[in-house]
Amino acid sequence: MNFDLLVAILMTIAGAATPLLIAGLGELVVEKSGVLNLGVEGMMLIGAVTGFAVATTTGYPVIGLVAAMLAAAAAALIFAFLVLTLMANQVATGLALTIFGTGVSALIGAPFVGITTPTLGLLFPHALTDTPLLRLIFGHSPLVYFSLILTVAVFWFLNRTRAGLILRAVGESDSAAHAIGYPVLLVRYLAVLFGGAMAGLAGCYYSLVLTPMWAERLTAGRGWIAIALVVFASWRPGRMLAGAYLFGLVITMELQAKAAGFNILAPEFLAALPYIATIVVLAVISAAKRGGTNAPACLGKPFRATA
Amino acid sequence: MSLVKLEPRRQQSRAMAIAAPVIAVALTLFAGALLFTLLGHDGLAAVNEIFVKPLFNPYRWQDLLVKASPLVMIATGLAIGFRANVWNIGAEGQYVLGGLAGTGVALATLNMSGGWILPVMLVCGVLGGMVWAAIPALLKTKLGVNEILSSLMLNYVAIQLLYYLMRGPWKDPMGFNFPQTAMFSSDQTLPIVVPGTLIHLGIPLAFAIALTAFGVMTRTITGFQMQVEGLAPKAAAFGGFGAASTVWIAMLAGGGLAGLAGIVEASGPFGQMVPQFPTGYGYTAIIVAFLGRLNPLGIVVAGLVLALTYVGGESAQTTIGLPSAATGVFQAMMLFFLLATDILVRYRVVSGRSAPVAEPRSSSGEAKPGESKAVTA
Amino acid sequence: MFDTTRRKLLAAGAVGAAGLAIGTTPFAAMAEDAKKDGPVKAAFLYVGPVGDFGWTYAHDQARKCMEKKLGDMVKTTYVENVAEGPDAERVLRQLAQDGNDIIFATSFGFMNPTIKVAKQFPKVKFEHATGYTTGGNKNMGLYNSRFYEGRAVLGTIAGMMSKTGKAGYVASFPIPEVVMGIDAFQLAAQKVNPKFQTQVVWVNSWYDPAKEADAAKALLDQGADVITQHTDSPAPLQAAEKAGAIAFGQAWNMESFAPNAHMTAIVDNWCPYYTRRVQAVHDGTWEADNVWLGMKDGEVEMAPFNNKMPEDVQKAAQKIIDGTKDGSYDVFTGPIKDQSGKEKVSAGQKIPDEELLKLDWYVDGVKS
Repeated sequence: MNFDLLVAILMTIAGAATPLLIAGLGELVVEKSGVLNLGVEGMMLIGAVTGFAVATTTGYPVIGLVAAMLAAAAAALIFAFLVLTLMANQVATGLALTIFGTGVSALIGAPFVGITTPTLGLLFPHALTDTPLLRLIFGHSPLVYFSLILTVAVFWFLNRTRAGLILRAVGESDSAAHAIGYPVLLVRYLAVLFGGAMAGLAGCYYSLVLTPMWAERLTAGRGWIAIALVVFASWRPGRMLAGAYLFGLVITMELQAKAAGFNILAPEFLAALPYIATIVVLAVISAAKRGGTNAPACLGKPFRATA
Repeated sequence: MSLVKLEPRRQQSRAMAIAAPVIAVALTLFAGALLFTLLGHDGLAAVNEIFVKPLFNPYRWQDLLVKASPLVMIATGLAIGFRANVWNIGAEGQYVLGGLAGTGVALATLNMSGGWILPVMLVCGVLGGMVWAAIPALLKTKLGVNEILSSLMLNYVAIQLLYYLMRGPWKDPMGFNFPQTAMFSSDQTLPIVVPGTLIHLGIPLAFAIALTAFGVMTRTITGFQMQVEGLAPKAAAFGGFGAASTVWIAMLAGGGLAGLAGIVEASGPFGQMVPQFPTGYGYTAIIVAFLGRLNPLGIVVAGLVLALTYVGGESAQTTIGLPSAATGVFQAMMLFFLLATDILVRYRVVSGRSAPVAEPRSSSGEAKPGESKAVTA
Repeated sequence: MFDTTRRKLLAAGAVGAAGLAIGTTPFAAMAEDAKKDGPVKAAFLYVGPVGDFGWTYAHDQARKCMEKKLGDMVKTTYVENVAEGPDAERVLRQLAQDGNDIIFATSFGFMNPTIKVAKQFPKVKFEHATGYTTGGNKNMGLYNSRFYEGRAVLGTIAGMMSKTGKAGYVASFPIPEVVMGIDAFQLAAQKVNPKFQTQVVWVNSWYDPAKEADAAKALLDQGADVITQHTDSPAPLQAAEKAGAIAFGQAWNMESFAPNAHMTAIVDNWCPYYTRRVQAVHDGTWEADNVWLGMKDGEVEMAPFNNKMPEDVQKAAQKIIDGTKDGSYDVFTGPIKDQSGKEKVSAGQKIPDEELLKLDWYVDGVKS
């Protein structure tokens, strides 16, 4: 295998991993605060369509990115209000959010089907991407670099800052956190909004970078893979990075192997593999830890402040 | 702090349990009319088309029953688990596995005849769903794996298994190489119980199951055990009820009924197995379970209401050209409103200046009467 | 909620009269023979959203086109996003009860539901796209397109323009329609360049832009310099555009997505058929039929050639189109060898339609 090919493959892997990493890190923070939002797919679609619509209308993809984050965060706000303020069931509300996002994105997107958009360009000048090695370093979309920075930032935030400590405390024991005087609901609201914004950004990665277009259900179920990856990563940002790239690697290598003329496994088995792997990982860490998966203790449970 | 406060009710309000969904539906109709108007349609006509008109057309009643019955069946099974705080969201996969298990029997008996074939298919369907649900149950009871996540992941595995079987081993050899099985024989097809209609055996079955579940939940020891486990695990442990057995009962009930719904759909309305078999019933049923307030009788109503939005949404597409996405948004709004008004059942809205809350409680996951919705009947 | 295997598939059972009734102009003398008072009510059943920019989009464009051509003579409605199975059956029944005169069911998976409902409504006319049986219903017709004729044009262009002699084929599912498209493409390319190879990658989905794009990238990485596809999104074209390769649109002219790479496209043009059939209902001359229409019927069209295509390639491609239209060219004419090199069709012979409709083998030079 020559170096050019290797670089090309690595770039494809990064492309496949980036949106999952961004959406997954958002959901990771949400879950760390003790909230389970199954509406990632819906928020991604809202982000994808908003980013596309705004980029096309204004001509500036960057404005599209910002608008996408705001729109998806607004959708997340509906979710937050229902599950945090009104203490509605998180699983049901998250599913409803996905139905909502699928429908709303199709309505908004109807006039944008079949047209092209200004896409988000590269971060570095073209002169820097002349050789394969330089391309590997400088030739990615800005969002690829952003996702890596985001991984470090989320890690640093959760493990090294006071705010991160509070967020984890809220996720582990909301009543204790509340007793100490932490604003449980506020923390969770902020986490959910952040998760929404990241899902929106991830959605945009599809509509403005990877496959610059809009069509209904553009993200084709990637939001659910992001949720699976959070579990696969056992709620750790570093493992989230590894998981997203591992997923990208499996997908890319499968296609590369087929393109090179090898058909090794049934395609259905490969499609099921990420989910099987997630279950296995869940089982293994649970077995190793006896009764704990590193899952935030309050995940999915409502909180009501008492007096 | 604020002018209004929420105060937990000692007992859920029965009046509110009925009033809340009505309020939610009223809000949905209002917001829906507004939304459709904004989209450039006649808002009131659209709401009328989706929500009212199908109710006055006897043909549509059959459609509603056919569409609602699998949802009711699955949601009833899920509600049993949800009441005990066992969060099985893998019904979609269990539905597929039930359908596949029954289909396996059907394909093996394609050249045989006899009244025994259909019952065997149904039993295998139930077992198929149970086997798939047993995986998260086992992981939960032996290793403490969160069942929400494991059951969700298994949905995708089930669907890929279906695709594999349709593309390969189970493909109809006479079917022009299309990925689907042969049509089932008449001995493998669910009978129509009301001649001249679409009412197949699965429909009375679904309603009978809901009624039975209602009885079991409210009148038997097991029902009590499951409910106590949901309400207060510690109390349940003192009473000698095991948490593990609760998980098993909850998962197997959910999986078994989802599997039954799967084979009923396959041997009834489908009449064969196709790759398009899973259409999200397993997820929709979660919503139905909550709309029905985890009460089997409520679930019957909720299943019919949801079926109404599908059937009415299709009519609205043809009569006023409302895009199907608008129906999706309408459904989502209804769910949002129903989930939002649910709080009225569990809490009282009081003025901020009134006396402090009488019954403080923690929400650390120990006891959550709010979520498990004790039935007071 | 997460549909991955959408729809369509293919084709008519024993396709007899492929060229039925083409010669007559559909618009002639419409008023005199009119057997039906008032407009014909025509309904369409779609498996995907009209905004998919692929299969369903093409059908809906044809619906609009037909409406435009027939004016007051027709009133159309559609139901989109209908799941194949009991949901389709319900919607079909509803459409029939609503008094529609003719209903077009535009996906393979609607076949069995259409058969059931057609039995219950003998007065309503049903037309099913890409199926193989009507279950004996006299009020149900079958129609499909010979998309493979367009594939032969693409293959010719690919064979002449490729420098590496290797094309990448992004494919959905190994059903006969897709298999015959691959074979037609390779056979035509091989005629121009005997060493030509077509590498197929199955993405196991009709529509998954990200995966389609990655599959195209993988094929390009592995030495293909032509990308063609049997999936719905323009994503493979975009990947080809980025890599400086050439590619072709699917179902619709997708030039705007890849102005340099897009050489031409196979355009699904269902408009003439829909127009003709609704006209027939209006005139009282509708009869159930089983048709497999192609280029000469205007049902399969090629999008305008890209200026970047060299003149000799344009000429050669046009020759295939002209030959297909006048019947002098059939891509499935022997000698044809299969992958193992065994001769499957001897020189001068053609693969008969009933064989094509269940085709499950690949020709020499296809790697899958």
